[in-house]
Amino acid sequence: MIRYLTALAVLAGFAIMPEVIGEYYVEIMILFMINLILASSFRLITTCGDWSLSHVVFMGVGAYATALLAKFLGWPFWGTVLLGGMASAVVGLAVVFPLLRTKGFGFFIGSFALGEFVRLIWVKFHFPFGGPRGMIGIPSIELSDIDFYEATPYYYLVLLFTIGCLAVLYRIDLSRTGRVLKAIYADEDLSKCIGINVARYRAMAFSVSAFFAGIAGVLLAHRLGAIDPKNFDVNTMVYLVIWVVVGGVGSFWGPLIGVAVMMLVGEAARPLAEWRPLLFGGILIAFLTLLPGGLDSLMSKVRELLDRRTADGTKEN
Amino acid sequence: MAILEVKNLSKNFGGLMANRDLNLEVEEGEIRGVIGPNGAGKTTFFNVISGVYKPSGGTIKFDGTFITNLSPDKIAELGAVRTFQRVALFPNFTVLENVNIGRHLHARETLFGAVFGMSKHMEIENLEKSRKIVDSLGMTEHQDELASNLPYGLQRALNVAIALATEPRLLMLDEPVAGMNPTEKAEMTRIIRLIRDEMGMTVMLVEHDMRTVMNLCDKITVIDFGEKLAEGLPQEIRENKDVIEAYLGAEDIVA
Repeated sequence: MIRYLTALAVLAGFAIMPEVIGEYYVEIMILFMINLILASSFRLITTCGDWSLSHVVFMGVGAYATALLAKFLGWPFWGTVLLGGMASAVVGLAVVFPLLRTKGFGFFIGSFALGEFVRLIWVKFHFPFGGPRGMIGIPSIELSDIDFYEATPYYYLVLLFTIGCLAVLYRIDLSRTGRVLKAIYADEDLSKCIGINVARYRAMAFSVSAFFAGIAGVLLAHRLGAIDPKNFDVNTMVYLVIWVVVGGVGSFWGPLIGVAVMMLVGEAARPLAEWRPLLFGGILIAFLTLLPGGLDSLMSKVRELLDRRTADGTKEN
Repeated sequence: MAILEVKNLSKNFGGLMANRDLNLEVEEGEIRGVIGPNGAGKTTFFNVISGVYKPSGGTIKFDGTFITNLSPDKIAELGAVRTFQRVALFPNFTVLENVNIGRHLHARETLFGAVFGMSKHMEIENLEKSRKIVDSLGMTEHQDELASNLPYGLQRALNVAIALATEPRLLMLDEPVAGMNPTEKAEMTRIIRLIRDEMGMTVMLVEHDMRTVMNLCDKITVIDFGEKLAEGLPQEIRENKDVIEAYLGAEDIVA
C-alpha cells in the first residue's frame, strides 16, 4: 500500500513539475529522464556480470538513426523511435557477438574498442553522418497539433517514454529471465550445467539494453536538434559509469538514485567550472574504495539496521 | 539398455594423459560408482562427460545420442546433469529460488512473456514442483532462507536439489559426501537412494569415501592412472587384487 502511494506521489510530482519550475529546469529534467533510461538499461547488462564501456555509443546509434530517418526521409516520430531502438539492438547484437568469448576486464576493454569502432564510422563518413561535426537540423517532433519544440510538451513526451521503458526494465528484472541473468553472474559454470545457454542470455541482455539506450538517444537527438560523435564518446561513458557506481547496481533503484544524486551534484558544482571533472573523479574513487555497493547498498544496510531495531523492540515488549 | 555409453574416451592435457581409452556402460536405473586413488582422472572423466572439457578422442553416447562435443547446457537439455565437488549454488537466492532456477529448462520464458507476465501460470507450476523437491529432500523449513546462510551439509543437499529440478534422466554427482560428518553422509546416502528408487533416475557418482560407495552403488568402476583398472559388483571390487594394490596404504578399502 505504502509502495503504491509513494509511486503515485512520485508520478504526481513529475506530472505537475513543469508548472512549478522554470524553463531551464524543465530542460534539465528532460535530460535527467533520458539519463534515467540510459542508466537503468545499463544496469541490465551488469546484472549478468558484464560491464560494458560502449553503452553510450548505442545511445548514439539511436540518435543517428532517428536523425537520418527524420531529416532525409521525413519519417514520423513513432516510426523513428521504434527503428532507432531496433537499430541499436541490432548493432548491439553484432557488437556483443565477438565479446561473448570474453569476461570481466576483457569484456570491458573489448566493448570499448568495438564501441569506438562504431563511433569512428560516424567521424569518418561525412555522408550521411556529417563527420566530426555531426548532424544539424534534426527536425523537432510533430504529433497531431502539438509542437514539441517547446520544453514543456517535450517534457511530458519524455516522461511517458521514461515510465514505459523503466516499467519494462523493471518487469524484466523481476521475471525469471532477470533471475537467470543474476544466476549467471553468481555462478556461470553451475548455470551452464543446469541447461542455461549463458551466451544467449548475455547477448540478449546486451541487445535489449542497447534497444533502450537507443530510445534514450532518439529522445536526446530531437531535443538537442544537433548531434555529433563527441556526444557519445568515452567522456560521456565515464559519467554514466560514475552515476551507476554511485547509485549501485544491487537493486533496480540504485542507478536511478545515482543519476539523481550526481546530476544534483553536477548542478551544485557549476561554480567549480573546469574543476568539476576532478570532483567527479574523486567521488568515483571514494565510492569504489569506501562504498563499492553504491548508495543502494547503504540503503539496504540502513533498512537492515532498522529491521533489527524493531525486532529487538518487539523482543523487549 | 545402456543410458550412457562411453567408448575409448581419452583426454590429455599437453603430455599428460588424464584419461586413456576408457570404456564404460551405465544401465538405466543403476547407481554407478566411479572410484580411484587421488589424481586417477575421475574428475576429468566427469568434466568430459558433462561437456565442461572436450575429449581428445573417443565417443560418448547418452540415451542414443552422441554428446561427445556438445556444450554443458545442451547435454543438460538432453537429460544428463551434473553437480560439482565444491559448494555450487546461488548464494543470494533463497533455497526455493535456487531450486526454481534449476527449473530453467522447463520454464521456456520468452522476453515478451517476461515483460507482460504471460508465464505466470507456468511459474506457479514450476514453484510447486520446486517446493516438492525441497520437501522430499527434507529442507522444507529452510526454503525461505538464503542459500549462503545454510550449514555445509544442507548446502551440498541443495546442490543436488538444483540438479534434480532439471528432471534429469542421468544424475552425475561429483563427490557428494566429500567433507561431510557421518550424520550428513547418512542423509546424503538416503537422498541418493531416494533419487533412484522414488524418482527413477540413473545415478553415477565419483567418490572418495569407500564406505559410502560400497554400500550405495550397484556397480563400481575403478580408474587408476587414467585407465580403467576394474569393474564389477562392490563385493568383487573389494576382493580385486589390482584394486587393493592400487589403494595400498589406503586402509579404508576394507571398511
